[in-house]
Amino acid sequence: MKNKINLKDYPDRSGHFDIFGGVYVSETLIHPLKELFSAYKSIATSASFRKILKAELKDYVGRPTPIYYAEALSKYLGKSHIYLKREDLNHTGAHKINNALGQALLAKKMGKTRIIAETGAGQHGVATATACARLNLKCVVYMGEQDIQRQSVNVYRMKLLGAEVVSVNSGTKTLKDALNEALRDWVTNVDDTHYIIGSVAGPHPYPMIVRDFQSVIGHEARAQFKRDYKCLPDYLIACVGGGSNAIGLFHPFLNDDVKIIGVEAGGSGIKTGKHAAPLSAGTPGVLHGNKTYIMEDKNGQIKNTHSISAGLDYPGVGPEHSWLKDLNRVEYTSVTDKEALNAFFTLTQKEGIIPALETAHALAYAFKLAKNSKHKKLLINLSGRGDKDIDTIAKLKNIKL
Amino acid sequence: MTSRIPFIFRENAKKNKKTFISYLVCGDPSKNDTLIAMKIMADSGVDVIELGIPFTDPIADGPVIQKSIDRALKNNVSLKDVISVVEKFRKTNKKTAVVLMGYMNPVHKMGVEKFTKSINKNDIDGVLIVDSPPEESIDLNSSLKKYNKSHIYLASPTTTDQRMRSITQMSSGYVYYVTVKGITGSKLTDISTIKKNVAKIKKYSKNNIPVAVGFGIKDSKSAKQMSKFSDGIIIGSSIVELIHKHSNNKNVMKKNLTSYLSSISRAI
Repeated sequence: MKNKINLKDYPDRSGHFDIFGGVYVSETLIHPLKELFSAYKSIATSASFRKILKAELKDYVGRPTPIYYAEALSKYLGKSHIYLKREDLNHTGAHKINNALGQALLAKKMGKTRIIAETGAGQHGVATATACARLNLKCVVYMGEQDIQRQSVNVYRMKLLGAEVVSVNSGTKTLKDALNEALRDWVTNVDDTHYIIGSVAGPHPYPMIVRDFQSVIGHEARAQFKRDYKCLPDYLIACVGGGSNAIGLFHPFLNDDVKIIGVEAGGSGIKTGKHAAPLSAGTPGVLHGNKTYIMEDKNGQIKNTHSISAGLDYPGVGPEHSWLKDLNRVEYTSVTDKEALNAFFTLTQKEGIIPALETAHALAYAFKLAKNSKHKKLLINLSGRGDKDIDTIAKLKNIKL
Repeated sequence: MTSRIPFIFRENAKKNKKTFISYLVCGDPSKNDTLIAMKIMADSGVDVIELGIPFTDPIADGPVIQKSIDRALKNNVSLKDVISVVEKFRKTNKKTAVVLMGYMNPVHKMGVEKFTKSINKNDIDGVLIVDSPPEESIDLNSSLKKYNKSHIYLASPTTTDQRMRSITQMSSGYVYYVTVKGITGSKLTDISTIKKNVAKIKKYSKNNIPVAVGFGIKDSKSAKQMSKFSDGIIIGSSIVELIHKHSNNKNVMKKNLTSYLSSISRAI
């Protein structure tokens, strides 16, 4: 594929991906964001920082994560081949630790002593609490009241790790409101506090920083695939909520001849309006510090979202995804709660791997694609493990644990 | 119609008075009550009314204003409704300036051109979009300038000297100096820094733009203190709280709001 522009050169100097991205925040946060940008550029790109992070990712997180060829599942589905990038095998059970650890190390170097984070499914909260315990940083995690209920195990894990979990009961009581609350905390405590955003959302430079820390997924996967299979995959598939695991896998492949697919949460179905799929059914707007595709009503109010998976239950998406969509470089689609659930059971039963409900969305689409194709190599980002979701699953099946 | 705001600040300065700016959320408890409250404001010494546009995700606001916005949203109050409230207000008031204050997305949804055209048509004086700093609002800025409307920007304790220069250049009407690092309804601290920064903004301003201070001003004492070194003071959360507290009893609300605002007006 020939692109006139180098897709890896973005965001531009002002933090934009063409019309998307930017810094839509109140004045008080402008300077801290600029400070973060320069700290990131001077510290995080230095050889010494990279060396420390690399060692942490290897010995503490357990990287590189393997690519697993799901042979039984592939045969079950048809004639294509399913490969799983096993981010679920990371310490804390998801890709979130890649970014949390990177940012926590950066915060420490910047002299910050207090870390705040927002979390939906709890994976980013757990990863941040873990990094803070590891680096002796005070940690406060904002989590929507509704998510606290559906992810109780992760709430307890964060508390065990020494984090304070603050229940957010404003607005829809989910991820977007946790993000609002974390931004309010940050604007109040900017002097000693670093805000670790968990996704490629938020104001510049966050979408770039989070992407860069998550790109370890794609860099590894690209090298592993070349080494083991002497080629690149035909397809990359990942689930997209805010989109950090997806961009982490996609970014190193953007200039390659590889088809890339992002799968959003279709909830009860796009037509029902009960979903969390802004790229599939939203419009460009401004939310949480950046311009991106969002779910809004005719007056520009942010709509309620619905997804079985707390981690995808978000009305916005990282601005880079919006840009990649408009460029037609990445195809965005969605699967329903039901399809994701089916994929959850299929992977669990055919391969003995319990995926996170978020990840199950990517799987559901990949399975459809595998059934309808021949001899294609599908690389799926297995972004997280599903232990945290067993309560939700049991409840759906009317099983008491 | 050209913005009234520059004229208001000039006239007040001549009388050695400071400009009184008050904020309320449009549509809490109802659009009609907002209209009543605006009239009370105009009659009680308020020079500029900042009328809040409800938005689902008000990231710069504290709990008092958040809850007020939530109540307005339950009444489905949209940006169009906010503009229509000003349209009604203008039928009886041509003197008090009105600034629409809110977040970018409802404006983006309406479209910047359509929005500013509507601002002009309904004799609204200015706009303050909290999450749209100068670098993200070049279109809005030039569109408002075209109609001679005020575009108010924030400056804060974290604003660098260099930014203060560019903010004063892009602002018209007044610069809104946010006294604290924090959200609306925060407590005032460190008066000397506020004083120093207000003086700095005034020094950097080539066009002598007035500086009004807001966040944390609750009573006539803090209003007086802040008015000593600024051109105007802004009160929001306390007013929003007062209107809500008496939302079940209109007469008490009118009486208390009148006496509260009058006491501030006298103090500055």
